[in-house]
Amino acid sequence: MDQIFVTLKHWLVGLAPGQCQPVLSALLSAASLILGFATLSALTTLLERKGLGRMQNRYGPNRVGPCGLLQPIADGLKALTKEDVVPQSADKVVHFLAPIVLVVPVLLALAVVPMGRNMTALDADAGVLFFFAVGAATELSVFMAGWSSRNKYSLLGAMRAIAQMISYEVPLILSAVTVIMAAGSLSTVGIVEAQAGYWGLLPRWYLLTPWGFAGFVLFMIAATAESNRSPFDLPEGESELVAGYYTEYSGFKFALFFLGEYLGLFAVSGLGITLFLGGWQAPLPGLDCVPSWVWFFAKLLGLIAGFIWVRGTLPRLRMDQLMGLAWKFMLPMAMANILIAGLWRFMSTGVTRWSVCALLVCVACLLLGGAMVERKQLAKRTYRYAE
Amino acid sequence: MTPLVGYLLLSALLFTVGLAGALTRRNAIIVLIGIELMLNAANLNFIAFWRYGPNPAALTGVMFVIFSIGVSAAESAVGLALIILIHRHYRTTNLDKFDSMKG
Amino acid sequence: MDWLFAIIAVVTLGSAIAAMSLRKLVHCALMFMVTLGGLAALYLKLDAQFVGFAQVLVYIGAVAILIVFAILLTRGSEPPRQSILSGTWVLGIGTAVGVFGVMSAMILSSPAVSREGSPPAASTVRQIGDQLMTRYVLPLEVVGLLLTAALIGAVIIAMCDREGE
Repeated sequence: MDQIFVTLKHWLVGLAPGQCQPVLSALLSAASLILGFATLSALTTLLERKGLGRMQNRYGPNRVGPCGLLQPIADGLKALTKEDVVPQSADKVVHFLAPIVLVVPVLLALAVVPMGRNMTALDADAGVLFFFAVGAATELSVFMAGWSSRNKYSLLGAMRAIAQMISYEVPLILSAVTVIMAAGSLSTVGIVEAQAGYWGLLPRWYLLTPWGFAGFVLFMIAATAESNRSPFDLPEGESELVAGYYTEYSGFKFALFFLGEYLGLFAVSGLGITLFLGGWQAPLPGLDCVPSWVWFFAKLLGLIAGFIWVRGTLPRLRMDQLMGLAWKFMLPMAMANILIAGLWRFMSTGVTRWSVCALLVCVACLLLGGAMVERKQLAKRTYRYAE
Repeated sequence: MTPLVGYLLLSALLFTVGLAGALTRRNAIIVLIGIELMLNAANLNFIAFWRYGPNPAALTGVMFVIFSIGVSAAESAVGLALIILIHRHYRTTNLDKFDSMKG
Repeated sequence: MDWLFAIIAVVTLGSAIAAMSLRKLVHCALMFMVTLGGLAALYLKLDAQFVGFAQVLVYIGAVAILIVFAILLTRGSEPPRQSILSGTWVLGIGTAVGVFGVMSAMILSSPAVSREGSPPAASTVRQIGDQLMTRYVLPLEVVGLLLTAALIGAVIIAMCDREGE
């Protein structure tokens, strides 16, 4: 049951003649990735709208199909049949290529995430580096979209988005460095396998270490900012910039941008699960009977639910608050985390290591957080009444 | 397997294109892109010689290129900051106009 | 796999020529990114995995975006009104052709060109890390200092003047 997809793929590849077997194997992996995650992103649009609706004390979409389950199909039909309006003075080639340049690197990034035992599409020796390299290429598409539309709102949104993405890339990579240090390998499969085993009942995931917990929180905040999601969605905020850098896109290209955004969310959540949550491993020793890919997708859905929850709860951050958070809090915190992870690696196992590292993490967080909070001296409230 | 001469000629061509661009264009930023192109051509040369060399296990070519990428990133950051500052003063990035120290 | 090298080489060279000769600056920057991508593909073909990924991460993800920002901050998005070539462009092209002539003569006449490839070298990240920490630790520290100095320098140079000159 655990290896059902692997055996299915081996059987299908075995049906072909020997010459084109590698090509067929690669094509099958790519096709299953694209189909699986496109379906998951359609499902996520529905989950998001219903989840947000419930948090805002209203129903989400509930007309199309039972409980609104066929809403993604209706959305897809709408996107496909809408007229594709391109501004006359827009740069046609760049305008056309921008959604493609978004979706392709994100699908490449999904290829290194291990989704189950032996279920990684691409097991590169420097897998995590490949992921970050390809993620850096998505910023290119944001710029292309914003600039080619010849629209001041789009360009402004694109500039803000790129500044935000490059600022938050640094804490993202630094918090991944702690895991790489602890696992001793850049390969995603190697990192998952380094988190195997249990301490009694608790799994050996990096989340359950002090530096791992701090790293996970930093990683998730940086991931929210990288995907331009609330509370970091100033570049695409509807009340601020019409729709930001994809103002001038309609129809299928707009749908591709949305698809790319959700796929980016899955990719970075998948990497977070690989680095901190033990990948496809079960949380308790007895639950190994459940297939590994079920655990991976369960954790992925949990993280997505977390993202939707944060979107429904927190207000949007202003641009200067956003940048201040990245450079003044998260970067020093990530660097302190690297030091603490190094300390953890070289101390012997036991209670001292736990308490020292946890204490250091809390001290660093409090110091840096305290420096960030502006203490406003609010004047005493006065009331004036009409005379 | 492509012979070494293919990579060397490609690297020489890229270097020439970068040099031609750096020597003929008016805009300071394009000159900087030309310089980066020349650096990248040299990096390709290093990796090609490392791969086809007598001792690939020593990783010399790879280390050279890693440091070269780091140094060129620093150099382009400072160069672009300088160009932005000059633009603030002269209101143009046309290299032919930066001649106040001529003669 | 000669045809793969030919395709990547043609793409890289074509985009490099386009990067140096297009009128609009943003198109030049985008073509430069394609060149960098082609070079990363060549590094991967030469079994230098780490360098290929580092090239994409540093050059395309940071340097090219820096160039794009600089173009937009210096009003480069408006198409240029005069000629894009400087006054002494003939001399420049002549020099470049001369340099290429010398280099290609040297390449084609050297004994190194008949070298065949050795078996693929395993340049794992672990080996690169080992070398960085043992043999190349001094250049590593110096590059760290250099990058810090460049970072501080670039911020100070491009900072807005508060005193208002």
